[in-house]
Amino acid sequence: MVAAIVLVFISAILVLAGAPVLEVHGLLVTGAVGSWSKLAQVLRVWVPLTLCSCGLLYTFQIGLWNIGVEGQVMLGAIGATAVLRLGFDSALPGAVLGAALVVGMLGGALWALLAGLLKTWGGVNEIFAGLGLNFVAQGLILWLIFGPWRRPGVASMSGTEPFAESLWFPTPAVWRISPHALGLTLVALAATALVLRHTRLGLALRAVGGNPSASYLFGLKPGRLMLWAMGLAGALAGLAGTLQVTVVYHRLIPAISSNYGYLALLVVMLADYRLSWVPFIAFFFAALNVGSIQLPLVLQLDSSLSGVIQGALVLTVLLIHAWNSGKAGTRWTT
Amino acid sequence: MDDLNVLAVLAGVLAGASPIVLATMGETITEKAGLINLSLDGTILLAAMVAFLVAHDAGSLGLGFLAAALVGAGIAAVVGIAGVYMGQSQVAVGFVLTLMCRDLAYFLGNPYSRIQGPRLAPLPVPGLERLPLLGSLLFRHSLLVYLSVAVIATTWWYLYRTRWGLELRAVGENPQAAHARGIDPKRLQLLHALLGGALVGLAGGAFSLGIKPGWGRPQGAEGMGWIALAIVIFGGWHPLKVALGAYLFAFLQVLGIPLQSWWPSVPAQVFQVAPFPLMILALLLLGLTQKDTLQRWADAHPRVRKLLRSIQGRAPRALGRPYRQE
Repeated sequence: MVAAIVLVFISAILVLAGAPVLEVHGLLVTGAVGSWSKLAQVLRVWVPLTLCSCGLLYTFQIGLWNIGVEGQVMLGAIGATAVLRLGFDSALPGAVLGAALVVGMLGGALWALLAGLLKTWGGVNEIFAGLGLNFVAQGLILWLIFGPWRRPGVASMSGTEPFAESLWFPTPAVWRISPHALGLTLVALAATALVLRHTRLGLALRAVGGNPSASYLFGLKPGRLMLWAMGLAGALAGLAGTLQVTVVYHRLIPAISSNYGYLALLVVMLADYRLSWVPFIAFFFAALNVGSIQLPLVLQLDSSLSGVIQGALVLTVLLIHAWNSGKAGTRWTT
Repeated sequence: MDDLNVLAVLAGVLAGASPIVLATMGETITEKAGLINLSLDGTILLAAMVAFLVAHDAGSLGLGFLAAALVGAGIAAVVGIAGVYMGQSQVAVGFVLTLMCRDLAYFLGNPYSRIQGPRLAPLPVPGLERLPLLGSLLFRHSLLVYLSVAVIATTWWYLYRTRWGLELRAVGENPQAAHARGIDPKRLQLLHALLGGALVGLAGGAFSLGIKPGWGRPQGAEGMGWIALAIVIFGGWHPLKVALGAYLFAFLQVLGIPLQSWWPSVPAQVFQVAPFPLMILALLLLGLTQKDTLQRWADAHPRVRKLLRSIQGRAPRALGRPYRQE
């Protein structure tokens, strides 16, 4: 039913825009899964999207709106780039890449903790703290690209100087996707499942998210747990940013986060905050993103159509959810 | 700086703040009724796009603004119906709409990118425009700027001097009690969401037909919806303080322009993010005034306490919580 409603809605939008409806739908499908190289491209988007979504599960679990996930991806990318620039002529490229992963995750975690502290200590709503820090992170990236890290010669929006190939995570020619990136994402999925379902931390996050005032009675400290959730979410987002640098672009570019953080929020909402659905919905959203790349080239339409479809899907599900659970169904109210 | 320069800056602030003023007044009304419309950023962009498109095709600025207001009210209706009548999270619905409306604006507005279109012309007030000093400061603006000032006064008057305003505040504070007094909280919330949304829509038109004329990706109004939401908090949900916040923000933006020429090597995009750390700082200052230690210290110093009281604002008690009949 959701699919039908969204299909009708999107078709109506396409008619409104004067676009050939069937051709657009066809292009979205073939553009995403029409060939192995397209599919590999979808997986390259799936990796950061899934990592960010895993992170967001921690923060949603405790009732936080971690909109700052976008900036946490950027700080991860900045941290990784800093390490790779320092270790560019190292004899141990493997160690440098390992260090980049650690520093990237730390960068994301620290940026998330900043938003968390603004919330728990400064009384700033996490939506505004996170969103503001996203813009700051974007400014920071631009400043680095045009300032201290600019290309020799001329600084440009195309980003920093690419890294030596020894500092790339290898991508086998037939695979077209880095096994390291896929492996790390699967590990993140498994670890998130483990932490949320089988550890005291997961239980505590859920308890506080369910009822912050009652959790005091059980000796739980909501403030500290919120920082834990933010830190974990930020580390996973930072990992996503690190992989964007080390696997996909091999340099720092202004659009390094590609809005995957914001999109991950939609993924988690559509998954109804359930981990088991996250990888599949992330795959579907990644396919929409990749499929829409063809739109401007073939039909001179804006690629933001994918965002409209994704938004319409989530909105429809939210509305149907509310409709079904009657007038008493609220889960995440602030 | 000589007098003329100061006047020009202040006149620029008055004009530059007009969209933010409209958006913040709209959101103040909505939130005073207890509903959060988080979709501002997307609403402003979609309304800006539609306003430009309609004004361009129909050749009428009036129709453009009307369409913008309708778009704003329409999006607010989704938030209102989902949040008030269906009990869905207002934050979730608003956030999804923010992203979706932005993308919808980019998608549908694509053919209208970077083309010439109509824009509001200044409309000097006959007679008054010749006043020394005040004439150039206050009376040589476009109709929209006069409107924005009028909306501030009207919002204040409506909220604090009319029966509807009283009912609206009652619902925002305690919908159960309001219901017991014979008010329908849900209907009232939805109606004010529509009213507030229409004002936010006008703000979109004020960008694309006024201070940032035209359409494109990016349009230039990106992020302004979030700033407007933060200003409502900063102003403590009081229309006059909120308006002051909007003018303060516009003033800082105007001040920022000469800063750019001091560091020519830094790209302009870096300066464009400047409002956001400012937003965090403002909210942080506000948050710190609510800390217990500061409160205790202030209690011992009457003057400080008075100052703190004037800064602090309190959110409507029922803000964001859907009303359920018991």
